[in-house]
Amino acid sequence: MTMTLRTEALCKQWGGFKANTDISLGFEPGARHALIGPNGAGKTTFINLLTGGFPPSSGKVFLGDEDITKLAQHERVKRGMTRTFQINTLFAGMTVLESVMLAICERRGLQKVWWKTVANHADVVEEAMALLATLKLTKEANSITRSMAYGKQRLVEIALALATQPKILLLDEPAAGIPSLESQELFEVIAGLPRDVTVLFIEHDMGLVFRFADRITVLVGGKVLTEGTPAEIAADPRVKEVYLGEAEHA
Amino acid sequence: MNAYSSTAAGANTQAKTDAAVPGEDAQAVNRSTLRLPNDRWKALEIAFWLLPVASYFFFPDYLVLISQIMIIGLFAMSLDLILGYAGIVSLGHAAFFGLGAYTAGLLSVHGWGEPISGLFAAAIVAGIFGFIVSFLVIRGQDLARLMVTLGIGLMLFEAANKAAFITGGVDGLSGMVMAPLFGTFEFDLYGKTAFWYSFAVLFILFVVMRRVVNSPFGLSLRGIREGGRRMPAIGANVDRRLVAVFTLGAAVAGIAGALLAQTTQFVGLDVLGFPRSAELLIMLVLGGTGRLYGALVGAAVFMIAQDKISGFDPTYWQFYIGLLLVLIVLFARGGILGGLEKIVATFKRKEAP
Repeated sequence: MTMTLRTEALCKQWGGFKANTDISLGFEPGARHALIGPNGAGKTTFINLLTGGFPPSSGKVFLGDEDITKLAQHERVKRGMTRTFQINTLFAGMTVLESVMLAICERRGLQKVWWKTVANHADVVEEAMALLATLKLTKEANSITRSMAYGKQRLVEIALALATQPKILLLDEPAAGIPSLESQELFEVIAGLPRDVTVLFIEHDMGLVFRFADRITVLVGGKVLTEGTPAEIAADPRVKEVYLGEAEHA
Repeated sequence: MNAYSSTAAGANTQAKTDAAVPGEDAQAVNRSTLRLPNDRWKALEIAFWLLPVASYFFFPDYLVLISQIMIIGLFAMSLDLILGYAGIVSLGHAAFFGLGAYTAGLLSVHGWGEPISGLFAAAIVAGIFGFIVSFLVIRGQDLARLMVTLGIGLMLFEAANKAAFITGGVDGLSGMVMAPLFGTFEFDLYGKTAFWYSFAVLFILFVVMRRVVNSPFGLSLRGIREGGRRMPAIGANVDRRLVAVFTLGAAVAGIAGALLAQTTQFVGLDVLGFPRSAELLIMLVLGGTGRLYGALVGAAVFMIAQDKISGFDPTYWQFYIGLLLVLIVLFARGGILGGLEKIVATFKRKEAP
């Protein structure tokens, strides 16, 4: 089966520091794939390499059969790969509805339209409101993003990503910093995404990882330690060692 | 209907009780209460535009000043597009104003005195130059942008100074002969034609820009200003958007320059000067960025203050402008209009507990 997304010997190095070494991974269509590992394992670096946040030192990224290693970030989004950020990266002074409409307009190619007001794009308004409803953000449509509760802002992160209608969605600690009940709800939304959407997520809460992932990759020190089903990972003594080792240090 | 909105809530058990169909919950919100960029006219705006019309009748001795305020207001609005909306700081916007002024001036000196085509020519020349310059401007961040625009402004100023055989150098470009507007309205000594001409051009361009900033294009500019780092992650080509708005801003500045040249029938080297760029930035910050009207209010306050204060303190009038600027920036973020908005909001909150 053709992988939705695949990397070939991906490396990223800053000076002498190797953040990612020789990462070759594939993500199947519709997978719910978790990327775990201790702090500093290179998880966010890997996401940045996938999305074009910065170029790899060597190696390749394929989206479907296309080599996208050299494409700019926005061109990768156009091809169906979208990410969210560990630290909220939102449009602080805009309302939630405006932010989501902005993303929808970009996807639909309406960003060049200068002769018709935003309010007059009724179909975009409808799509945006429907998306907000699925994330239970309807009441916040008019809220200025920066004035919202943190947990709600995390949902806006996801709303912006979903507005681009990705084939593959990369979530960098989507539930970071929000209470566990809210993060459960958030993951239920993620789990409920259409099955043809591939989801790759970084998450520290092992309860959530084992509940929602069907594949897990463990990164340690910028390298892939192992990859497998949740059952395989749970049984792997090396993984236990990494996490217990970390616990001992803590 | 896209797959996302119809199925995303499907597996969300919570959502099933809250809203069986996503659309239903959305329907519950009254569409008319949604705050979205639109360009419906408000009563206050109509009153605002009646001010210059009224001043034509009440202050006939000030027609020249009012015309200049409108022209510089248009110029400030062009800076607002790139600074207030897209967040590009510029200290060299006079380059485009000056290019427009010289384009219209030279056309007229060399026998093409028809004003409207002169405006178009100025827009095209300034726009093309702005397009080229934009590639340099978008490369850097704020400080680099400030310096690049400043540097380009200085270079253009000295180029015009050196090319005295074309521009007239420090003596300025004189001998402009303007044909009557629409072949009927002569540019008179009292500046009546100039007044209505400037008013019409300003108003038409204002209506266009108002639409632009409230369109999806304008929304994407605000997106760049509010969250530039996020824009590529939602699929936006930020560079291309910035090139577009910078070119547009340059073209409008060119039209403003051409208007000044045509209505005064003279182009001095100062149209390209650094003080013009700097004062423009002051006016815009004074009035309030990112709202178009701020540019007009700022230009009016600045130029009326200049006219009035220099009456009783001709040497040190900039002292008071400086004081006003410091007060505005420290105590009324968002300029005069931003400050007024806050006051109105406070009163409204008191009225409705």
